[in-house]
Amino acid sequence: MSESTQISADPPKTVTETAAATEAQPGWGRALFGLGRNGGGRSRLAHDPLALSPRARAGAYAVLVAWSLIVLFPIYWMITTSFKTPLDVNSGPVYLPGVDFEGTTEAWDYIINEEPQTTRAFVNTVVVGVVSSLLTLVLGASASYGLSRLEFRPRLASVVAFLAGIAVAVATTIAGLAWQMGILLGLAFFAASIATWARRFEFRLSNDDIAFWLISQRILPPIAVVLPLYVFFQQLQLLDTRTALIVTYVGANVPIAIWLLRDFFAGIPVHLEEAAAIDGATRPQTFWFVVLPAAVPGLVATFLFIMVFAWNEFLIASVLTSADAQTMPMLVVAQNATRGPQWWNMSVLILIMSLPVILMAGFLERFIARGLLVGAVKG
Amino acid sequence: MAETDIDKTGHEPASRDVELFAHDTASKRLLLSPTVLLVIFLSVVPLLFSGYLALSRFRFVRGGFEVNFIGFDNFEKLLVGSQQRRFVGNLEQTPWWAWALIALFVAAQAVMAVQAVRRSPGHRVRTAVLRMVVLAVTAVLVYVAVRSLTGEGIPGTLVVTLVFVFLGVALQYFLGLGLALVAAQQLRGRRLFRTLYLIPMIVTPVGAAFLFRMVTDTSKGPLEPLWKLAFGDSDFTWVNEPWPARIAIVLADTWQWTPFMFVILLAAVESLPPELTEAAKVDGARAWSQFWLVTFPQLIPVSLTLVLIRSIEAFKIVDLPQVLTGGGPGTATESLSLQALLEWRAVNLGGSAALAYVLLFVTTFVALLIVNYGRRRAVARFT
Repeated sequence: MSESTQISADPPKTVTETAAATEAQPGWGRALFGLGRNGGGRSRLAHDPLALSPRARAGAYAVLVAWSLIVLFPIYWMITTSFKTPLDVNSGPVYLPGVDFEGTTEAWDYIINEEPQTTRAFVNTVVVGVVSSLLTLVLGASASYGLSRLEFRPRLASVVAFLAGIAVAVATTIAGLAWQMGILLGLAFFAASIATWARRFEFRLSNDDIAFWLISQRILPPIAVVLPLYVFFQQLQLLDTRTALIVTYVGANVPIAIWLLRDFFAGIPVHLEEAAAIDGATRPQTFWFVVLPAAVPGLVATFLFIMVFAWNEFLIASVLTSADAQTMPMLVVAQNATRGPQWWNMSVLILIMSLPVILMAGFLERFIARGLLVGAVKG
Repeated sequence: MAETDIDKTGHEPASRDVELFAHDTASKRLLLSPTVLLVIFLSVVPLLFSGYLALSRFRFVRGGFEVNFIGFDNFEKLLVGSQQRRFVGNLEQTPWWAWALIALFVAAQAVMAVQAVRRSPGHRVRTAVLRMVVLAVTAVLVYVAVRSLTGEGIPGTLVVTLVFVFLGVALQYFLGLGLALVAAQQLRGRRLFRTLYLIPMIVTPVGAAFLFRMVTDTSKGPLEPLWKLAFGDSDFTWVNEPWPARIAIVLADTWQWTPFMFVILLAAVESLPPELTEAAKVDGARAWSQFWLVTFPQLIPVSLTLVLIRSIEAFKIVDLPQVLTGGGPGTATESLSLQALLEWRAVNLGGSAALAYVLLFVTTFVALLIVNYGRRRAVARFT
């Protein structure tokens, strides 16, 4: 109740807010960002028929609390384990620090001060996670914006010719030619095709086809592409570098970004941009000052989402890195040593790597919630 | 309303903007081509390369490697050769009712296919061919799944992956939906729960695997008294028996990904127009019919998209089994991705690529099934 009353009392009439408000149709991509109508204050009837009876209310709280316990219990166990000695862990379960075991910070001390790889892995995780997500966001946002505002009509034949050119390049390289020659041959083939047979076919693709193709790349199992990428990066001498990981993560996550953002840009009314253009704003100005502010909640949620993927990724990292560019998940797995799993160290590592993201999610949740209130102005 | 990303309806046509942006080729190139090129070079080209690897034998030789084209040998090895027991599983001693189940399924599918062909004027041949392909693939999958899961059968990595996907996604969806419906009520502190429930999604999957290894540990884990009560002094452990190990993995996956379903379903529930529910309530509809006849039909498009997305991601499952059980006992919890990874570690690159292609094929097939048949039927039934 209080939320929407508050908002309608404000004069929320900046361009940004109106934009976000007008686009709050119940779209499902937008539903992810919580931009739908808010549950609070939904009823206009004097006697609210959606209010719960006391008994139903108690039941609802019981369900929510039960699931909270399921969510929190493993995490509680991890936190206590991080303060245990190996003996505490191995001699059967103990539950409460200070009651049935003495808490110690040995594991924390070991991981932070003695284990030489911790700092490096943590820095790698942060750099790879943040940089790759920012790049993904830039690429994904411009592609989704383009797909929602411009009309793309590439000939199917040109696309086929381009792919055939790549196939020619790969085939000649496999057959033993130098790869530079292969690329030249591929380009020549592509140019020749465009000039000759590809002109005859009129069939063109639409924006939806392009979007579908881009998004469907997410179906690709990473294991199917990571092996060739290993060979590529080996040829470029980029194995075990952060660059290789960042590039690969951008490629893997861009489909998600487009999937999430396409809806968002499609929902921002065009007339805002037209008005800005009439007022003499240049295209970059329009994009920067009109479109981006209206898309902030979507961008924030998308960033958080893809960063979680890049931050936690294990398979690609384990193939493409070995020492210098190792990320935290690999260090966690490394604690499963020949002496058996080092539970206490592992718990510390998982806590260290999860905390920043949890804090960020908490902080951004508020940010996203503001978008949600803006969306509620209309309803 | 974008029902699914694969859906082509719902977005206003891009051509409405023609007046403002029509001939802006510079913007066009700048906006889209970096992404398209990146995806081509990081997905399409490696995929072509993998395709070649899948059809060849890869060997390290002095000073480099050599790749020999061997045709479909790698796939043959998986389906009928030395890898058959690991990949397809063991199909022995199938009881009569399992055969009956398979027959019933295939018959029902065949009848539905015939009906679908009859109903479609115009594209009869196309529909018939498509339906035949779908029927053949589902029949093979069901045949292998039923025979390897009954009697003396032992499921291979293909069926184990399917079990992970279907069990896990179903559990996550229903839990997420239930929680979303409860959390959408007018309760104080909803936002606290919402934030809290997001935490498992943020923990790295590798970490979730270790968490569940701790929790399911029957001698040192926190639930040890409980296990002792349930199993007495037997040396039962979750990860040393095939089905308990698989269930542990499904539970870990559910713990981690129910939040995803929950968050989006909650937002969807909250964005529903309240008038319908209010009207139903005023008319005296019980809670169940309110949900089943009013709320749920409106949630179907979102639900199908969610199930689609989660299934696609679940097919790639690898970190959980690798860490939680190491794929064991034996290969009881080995997913296709994990098998491919192990083959790659064993420098059998051809076999690994072949497995990756099988996984890609199955994932695409299931995704298309969800998109085409799931939605069509749901739309027919509820609108």
